[in-house]
Amino acid sequence: MADNSDNKVKPPERQYPDPAAKLKKDPPTTGHSWDGIEEYDNPMPRWWVWIFIITIVWSLGYWVAYPAWPGIQRATSGVLGYSSRADVAAEISEFEARNEQFFVQLVETDLDGIHDDDELQRFAVNAGASVFRAQCSQCHGTGGAGVQAAGFPNLLNDEWLWGGTMEDIHETIRYGIRNEDYADARWSEMPAFGRDGILSEEEIDETVHFVLSLSDADHDADLAAAGAEHYEMNCASCHGDGGEGDYFIGAPALNTQVWLYGGSYDAIFESIYYSRFGVMPGFAGRLRDAEIRAVAAYVHQLGGGQ
Amino acid sequence: MSSADQTPPSLYAKREPIFPRRVKGSFRTMKWWLLFLMLGIYYVIPWIRWDRGPDMPDQAVLLDLANRRFFFFMIEIWPHEFYFVAGLLIMAGIGLFLFTSALGRVWCGYACPQTVWTDLFIQVERWIEGDRNARLRLHRKPWDFEKIRKYGLKWTVWFLIGVATGGAWGFYFADAPTLFVDLFTGQAHFIAYMTVLILTMTTFLFGGFFREQICIYACPWPRIQAAMMDEDTLTIDYRHWRGEPRGKLKKGQLDPNQGDCIDCMACVNVCPMGIDIRNGQQMECITCGLCIDACDEVMDRIGKPRGLIGYMALSDQEAEQAGKPQKSVWKHIFRPRTVLYTTLWAGIGIALIVALFIRADLDMSVAPVRNPTHVVLSDGTVRNVYDIRLRNMHNEPRQFELSITENPDLSLSIEGEPGTQVTVGADEQTLLRVYLTAPPGTTSNTADTSPVRIWASIASSTERVYSDTVFNGRNQ
Repeated sequence: MADNSDNKVKPPERQYPDPAAKLKKDPPTTGHSWDGIEEYDNPMPRWWVWIFIITIVWSLGYWVAYPAWPGIQRATSGVLGYSSRADVAAEISEFEARNEQFFVQLVETDLDGIHDDDELQRFAVNAGASVFRAQCSQCHGTGGAGVQAAGFPNLLNDEWLWGGTMEDIHETIRYGIRNEDYADARWSEMPAFGRDGILSEEEIDETVHFVLSLSDADHDADLAAAGAEHYEMNCASCHGDGGEGDYFIGAPALNTQVWLYGGSYDAIFESIYYSRFGVMPGFAGRLRDAEIRAVAAYVHQLGGGQ
Repeated sequence: MSSADQTPPSLYAKREPIFPRRVKGSFRTMKWWLLFLMLGIYYVIPWIRWDRGPDMPDQAVLLDLANRRFFFFMIEIWPHEFYFVAGLLIMAGIGLFLFTSALGRVWCGYACPQTVWTDLFIQVERWIEGDRNARLRLHRKPWDFEKIRKYGLKWTVWFLIGVATGGAWGFYFADAPTLFVDLFTGQAHFIAYMTVLILTMTTFLFGGFFREQICIYACPWPRIQAAMMDEDTLTIDYRHWRGEPRGKLKKGQLDPNQGDCIDCMACVNVCPMGIDIRNGQQMECITCGLCIDACDEVMDRIGKPRGLIGYMALSDQEAEQAGKPQKSVWKHIFRPRTVLYTTLWAGIGIALIVALFIRADLDMSVAPVRNPTHVVLSDGTVRNVYDIRLRNMHNEPRQFELSITENPDLSLSIEGEPGTQVTVGADEQTLLRVYLTAPPGTTSNTADTSPVRIWASIASSTERVYSDTVFNGRNQ
């Protein structure tokens, strides 16, 4: 055994068989011996070497045929002109071509009729979901729950500002809200009752209590009774006598459990004092008609569609 | 001798071609039967038809990768039941452990496709070129018309076997009659042709040219097997205490001082691995048993008992040399180790069969939608959304009814459906958006979370499955 006391493996002495010996005996050993276990020194099959050489030749051909060497701007392109990006682009356009018939069908089908066609509805919901994630989720959230603190409406419940039928949703997406680019855009306007001095803070306080009473929230009955008068004078024309709201002018209902900016005293006070409203871009120029219809179908089936 | 006065041998060696001689005997006969049986199974199975109804494939064994279904006669496996396949693979593994610990490299010698196809290829070679000596002569001969003709014919037959092998593989993954016609009319998918081409070439090269080198250089299984054998494992060996000292027959008689081995080289000449079993068990040996047949034939002829080469275990050798009888085969096979493997193997097998027969042919998975956790509706009702996938693993369309128990506060509805019933097509699945609602004033409405069990049942039968989940209230 080799002396390994210095912890280094010494190159072993190889043992070769006597070439004159005729009988096939054990192959030569490498001379290594570990606990009496020796290692044969068998030759490698020659075809392995050939395969190794062939792979080298193959790689040379590959360098020429395919993109290989990285450069400053781009890699060498290869004589076959292969590009994985082009492959992806081709695959995408193949899918787009396959989807085209559905897009045509979406535009040709009556908005309320989309749901009746199972295949079209499934396509619309999936296509709409993908558009929603790209275009709508920034404000309305990926799950469509909106952000109350910022006044981005929740699309999952049964409460709507501008109506929840397919027609209404489609119209809203198409032209947006308070969007000056489109004459058809949804437009709502609420005065800033406090800031513009229409109501005093005391009167607003009373009005808030009345508004709270509409949805049976905790309120002061006396103040609310006083607020009823201010409400009728200033608010009822849009929000309705009972706070039922009006889809036509985008006036939110005040008699429900759903609040766009929050249903606490402070939130309602701020809404009346400063007035609040949201804006939404119109997508008529950004998305194809079929895509807008698909998003409408998607939003409609989130749980609130009418 | 010192190494200084010798030139080192080459680092690379050319393959020594092997020309196994024909042999007759019980192992050879068994190997032929096994070959016919296994190749028969391989080629015939995809063509067996099995009626599953109008909406389902009628192929008995089909790995439908495109639709993610695995059909095996009356059994249909869906992707979510892939544990059956995993179980079968584990059983195959333990089965190999069992056979290896009891019978050594029995897989290599009798059942491995590499062995079976190589056997077939060698037989083709023998039919065309003749037996060992004729093949050796032809091999050493310079290229002439005869050699070109015979080699050409041999390679053609090999190639056709390769095509048949590669082609048959594809039939397991698509409707066999359709694919058969498509392959010949040029309508099959590019992947199908590539599969046929690759498997044709591997069969052609592995069976015709690489042969024993696959076992020696490429396959990891022989190395693993070597580690799994022990001194009680039955394997093929040479009874050197009986055979040595070997020597040729002199005037047709054995010298009384010599052993039974007459050095006729029959065992070496029939060996498909090109080894001499008289050197003992060695890495290359696939335990195909052909040397046993060859030696027994010779022993019969010189009037000596059979079994100079035979199956034995290491533990037998010392006993036998001391004159004691060999332990019975059954004592080698029934050992704690093999009994343990058999128990494990059978246990998994029984568990799989039981699982197969008690499984319902419907399935439901419930994924609560947690973005957002809950929605408050205008009247104060709290609503949760669940993505529910229903699988109808049945050859007819069926109507599924969804219902809930464990929570009387809640009611269930399905997006886009008027009621709580939905029809799922034959062997299809559907994804539903399902709402559970808790009206104001109920515990579930205000609680953090409350448990609920969702059931899917089938109106036309008593089958039903459930899934437990939770409902998030407004204080969640």
